[in-house]
Amino acid sequence: MTSAAPAGPPAAPTHDVAVQLRGITKRFPGVVANSDVHIAVRTGTVHAVVGENGAGKSTLMKILYGMQKPDEGTVDVAGKPVSFSSPADAIAAGIGMVHQHFMLADNLTVLENVVLGAEPGGFGRLDTRAARRRIIEISEAYGLGVRPDRMVEDLGVGDRQRVEILKVLYRGARILILDEPTAVLVPQEVDELFGNLRELKAEGITILFISHKLDEVLSVADEITVIRRGTTVATVDPAEVTARRLAELMVGGELPSPETRESTVRDQVVLTVEGLTVLAPDGRAVLDDVSLTIRAGEVLGIAGVEGNGQSELVEAIMGLRPVASGRVLLGDRDLARLGTRHRREAGIGFIPEDRHRQGLLLEAPLWENRILGHQTRKPNVAGPWIDRSGAREDTERIVREYDVRTPGIDVAASALSGGNQQKLIIGREMSGDPVLLLAAHPTRGVDVGAQAQIWDALRAARADGLAVLLISADLDELIGLSDTIDVILRGRLVGRADPRTVTPEDLGSAMTGAGTGAGPAAGADDEGDAVPGTTGPGLTGTGTTGTGSVSGGSTGLPAKGEQ
Amino acid sequence: MKRFDLQRIGLGLAAPLLALIVALLLSSLALMISGNSPIETFESMLDYGIDPDTMVQTVNRSVTYFLSALAVAIGFRMNLFNIGVDGQYRMAAFFAAVVGGWLVLPGPVLMVVVVLVAVAVGALWAGIAAILKATRGVSEVISTIMLNVIGAGIVAYLLDPSRLGTLIGSQQVSTEPMPESAHLPGIPFANGEVFGFILIAFACGLGYWILLGRTRFGFDLRATGLSETAAVASGVDVKKMVVRTMLLSGGVAGLVGMPLLLGESHAYASDFPAGYGFSGIAIALLGRNHPVGIAIGALLWSFLEQSSQILDLEGVPKEIVTIMQGVTVLSVVIAYELVRRFSLAQQQRRVGAELRAAAPVPAGVPGGPADRSTTGTGSDPDPAPGAGRHASGATATGGPANGRHAADPDNPSRDGGEDPA
Repeated sequence: MTSAAPAGPPAAPTHDVAVQLRGITKRFPGVVANSDVHIAVRTGTVHAVVGENGAGKSTLMKILYGMQKPDEGTVDVAGKPVSFSSPADAIAAGIGMVHQHFMLADNLTVLENVVLGAEPGGFGRLDTRAARRRIIEISEAYGLGVRPDRMVEDLGVGDRQRVEILKVLYRGARILILDEPTAVLVPQEVDELFGNLRELKAEGITILFISHKLDEVLSVADEITVIRRGTTVATVDPAEVTARRLAELMVGGELPSPETRESTVRDQVVLTVEGLTVLAPDGRAVLDDVSLTIRAGEVLGIAGVEGNGQSELVEAIMGLRPVASGRVLLGDRDLARLGTRHRREAGIGFIPEDRHRQGLLLEAPLWENRILGHQTRKPNVAGPWIDRSGAREDTERIVREYDVRTPGIDVAASALSGGNQQKLIIGREMSGDPVLLLAAHPTRGVDVGAQAQIWDALRAARADGLAVLLISADLDELIGLSDTIDVILRGRLVGRADPRTVTPEDLGSAMTGAGTGAGPAAGADDEGDAVPGTTGPGLTGTGTTGTGSVSGGSTGLPAKGEQ
Repeated sequence: MKRFDLQRIGLGLAAPLLALIVALLLSSLALMISGNSPIETFESMLDYGIDPDTMVQTVNRSVTYFLSALAVAIGFRMNLFNIGVDGQYRMAAFFAAVVGGWLVLPGPVLMVVVVLVAVAVGALWAGIAAILKATRGVSEVISTIMLNVIGAGIVAYLLDPSRLGTLIGSQQVSTEPMPESAHLPGIPFANGEVFGFILIAFACGLGYWILLGRTRFGFDLRATGLSETAAVASGVDVKKMVVRTMLLSGGVAGLVGMPLLLGESHAYASDFPAGYGFSGIAIALLGRNHPVGIAIGALLWSFLEQSSQILDLEGVPKEIVTIMQGVTVLSVVIAYELVRRFSLAQQQRRVGAELRAAAPVPAGVPGGPADRSTTGTGSDPDPAPGAGRHASGATATGGPANGRHAADPDNPSRDGGEDPA
C-alpha cells in the first residue's frame, strides 16, 4: 500500500515521514473500529485526521499512543517499525498526546504539573531550578508563554492546553497528537492554539491533529486524511479541497441540501421560559435571563458553541438543575414545584446529550430501558407493579417502528451501536405522548443512516404538533430542522435567525460573538483570509456565501432573521 | 434468544463452581503450608458437617446469615453500602427483647409486636445514616460503621441491672426473659428442630425478589444502582430513594436477631452474638445479591463454620476456615466479574454478527445532509474556491479499502467504534 505515501502535494519528497501507519485494523466486540488504515505523516507538518464522531479517529490515535494494540498492521516511527505496549513506549519513541480532557492537578503549580512523573534531580530531591530553566526554554522556543510558577487552578482553558503541550514537549516528544483540541476552546483561544501549532511546526515538531471541525482543519493543516467507517478514504491537500468536498468524503456520497418545508407552527404556546437564570456552584450565571417560547408544531433550535449554557437550559427545564430565578411554564402550568418525574408525566420528553450517562441503563436489557423515564406510565406499569409483558410488547413495537437493529429485546443496551441506542431512546421518548421534546444533540455519534431516520422521526412528530427544543452542534441539522433559531452565547440568548435565510457561516460568527462586536474574534476573521476558503457554496440553498455578513463586527444577524 | 439464555445460565453456574474449586485449591495450599493434610482435614470436616446435630446448627445459623445478607443486598443493589447491619440488628434485638419481656400480651401477638419493634428499631438506626447522606452527603459507609460502635455502646449501657437489664445467675446480665407463650416453636429437621423463623426468612427472600424484579420501587432502586445519572434523568428522586432503601435495609437487618431471640435465647443477654452483619456482607457478595444465591452462600458459610468445630480436636487450627471463607469470597467476586465482562463482550459480538448476517444492506446509505463544518469559529468568510477543483484535491489513498468497504454490509455497530465499552 505504497499509495499511502504523500501522493498529491509536490512538496512531499523534501520531508521525511515521521509516522507511517500501514494496514491498521482494530476490532472490538461487535465493532470494527479501524480497518486497513493507511496514513503517512511527514515530519514538521500539521497532519489532520478528520471523520465523523465514531468514525474511528480516537481508536487510531490510541493505537499510535500505545493505549491499544492493533490486531493487524504496522506502525513505523521515523522509518523504524515500532510496537508499543503502553504510552510509556510511545513517549520513549518521541510521541506525545494532548488529551481532549486535560490531565492536570489543579492544586499544583505549572512547574509541578509538568515535572510530575518525570522529576529532575535525584536522591529524592526535586531540582526545581533545572526544571524551571527547561520549562522557560521550551516555552520561549515555541512561543507558548507558559509561566512555571502559576497555580493551574488559576489558568484558563487555553493556558491549560498550552501547559499540556509543554508537558509533552518536556518529555522529549517530537510528534504531538492533539485529540479534538479545539472542542473546549472559545474561538480566540482556537486562533491562539493555531498560532502555537505553526510555531511548533516551524521548529520541526510533527503534529497529528484530530478533529471533525472542517473549517479549523482547513485553516491549520498541511495535509488532511479523511476517515470514514474506520478506514482511510482519502488524503487531500487543504489548498485544493473545500469544506463541502471534505464533508462529502466524511459521510460518503453527495450531500443533499436541507429541504424547505412548510411551517407547521400552531398558535398554542407549549413552553414558556421567562427570565431563567441558573447559577454555577461558584455563583457565576451559566444561564442568564433567558426567555423563549415554543409553540405546538415548532422546532426551536439553539445554536451555540458547546458550553455556553445549552446543557443548563435543558437541565433546568427538565428539573435536573436548580433555578436561581425565572419561570418555566408548560402550557400555562408553572413547573417550578414539579420534580423531574412529574415534568415527564406532564408531557416532556427528553433526549439527553450523553445517552450513556443520562439516557440508558447500559447493562439492563432493552425492555427495561423502555421503562426508564416512564416508570409511572402505561404500558410499563400497572399500579405499583411493573407490567413486564406490556413493557416488552411496547419495546417490540419501538424496535419495529424505529428500526432499532437488534436480535431481540433481551440483549443489554450496551450491545447496540450508538445509532440504534439513540433510536431506542427516541422511540421511547416519543411513546409517552409528549407535548414538548427536549432534544440535545439527537444525532451525535450516530451513523448517517440512523441520522436520517432520527430526522424523519422528529419531522413527523413536529407535524403532529410536538414542540421541540433542539440543541445541536451541527449547524446544518439546526438549519434543516428548526423553525426558529436562537443563538446562545455565555448563557444569554444573543440573536435570532430565520433558518430559511441564514447560512451556517452567519450562525457560526454569531455563536462566537463576532456578530455582537467582540473585537478579537473579528480580528481573527480577517487573518483567516490568508488560508484557503472553507465555505461550501449553496449549503442552504438561499445563501450568500457569507462574505458580507460577518467581518468587522457588524450586527447583521438579527436583522437578517427579521427578514 | 434461547441461546443467550442457555449460555447465561451456563455461565452463571460456571462462575461459582470455578470459584469454589479455586478456593478449595488455595485452602489446601494453606493447609499444606501449615503442615496438615488437606484431604484428611476436609474429610473430617465433611464427616462432622453432615452429622445431624451439626446440620441443625448449620441451618439455624444460615437463617440468621440469610437475613443479614439480604439486608446488605438491598443496599448493594443501589450501590449503597450498609456496613451497619451489625449495629442495626443488635439495637433491634435488644429493644425487641426489652419490649418482649416487659409487655404482657398473648404469646403470638407478643411475637408479632416484638418483630415489629425489631424492624422499626433497625430501620430507625439505619435511617440516621440515610438522613445524613440525603441531607449532608455523609458517606453511608462511614456513618454506619460509626453507628455500629454507638449502637454497641448504647446496648452495653442499657444492659445493666440498674437500667433495662436484670441479673441472671451470678454474673450474666440479660433483659427480662420473654414468657413461654412467646417462644417460637421449631420445625423438625434431621433429628432436631430448626428455627421456626426460617419461614419468615423464606418469605423475606421471596419478598425481596418480587420487590426488586416486579415493582416500580424495585425498578427505581435498580436503575439508581446501575446508573445514578440515568435514574435522575428518568425522574427518580435519588435522595428519597436513599432514605427508603436504607430504611428497608435496616428493617430487614432488624430481623437478623429474631431467629435466635424468638427460637432460642428469649432474652438479650450480654453474650448475644455480634458480627453477623459482617458475615452478611461477605454472603451477599457470594450470592451476587440474588436470594437463591444468598441462601446457598449462607448455607455454605454456616457449614464451614459449624464443621470446623471438629478441627480443634484434630489438632488443626480452626482459623483455617476463616482463610477458606475469605478465599471463597475473593474468588467468587473475581470469577463473577470475569464472567460478567466475558458475557457482555460475547453478547456484543453476537449482536454484531447476527445483524451482519441478517442485513446485507448496501454500504452507501443515502440521504444525510451533513456538512460537519459546524460549531463555527466563523473564522473564514472567504468564498470557496471553484467547484472544479474538488476532484483534483482528493487523492484517494484507500483504493482497496474503498472497494472492500462497498462490499461490506452495513455494519450497524460501526459508529460505536470509538467507544466500544
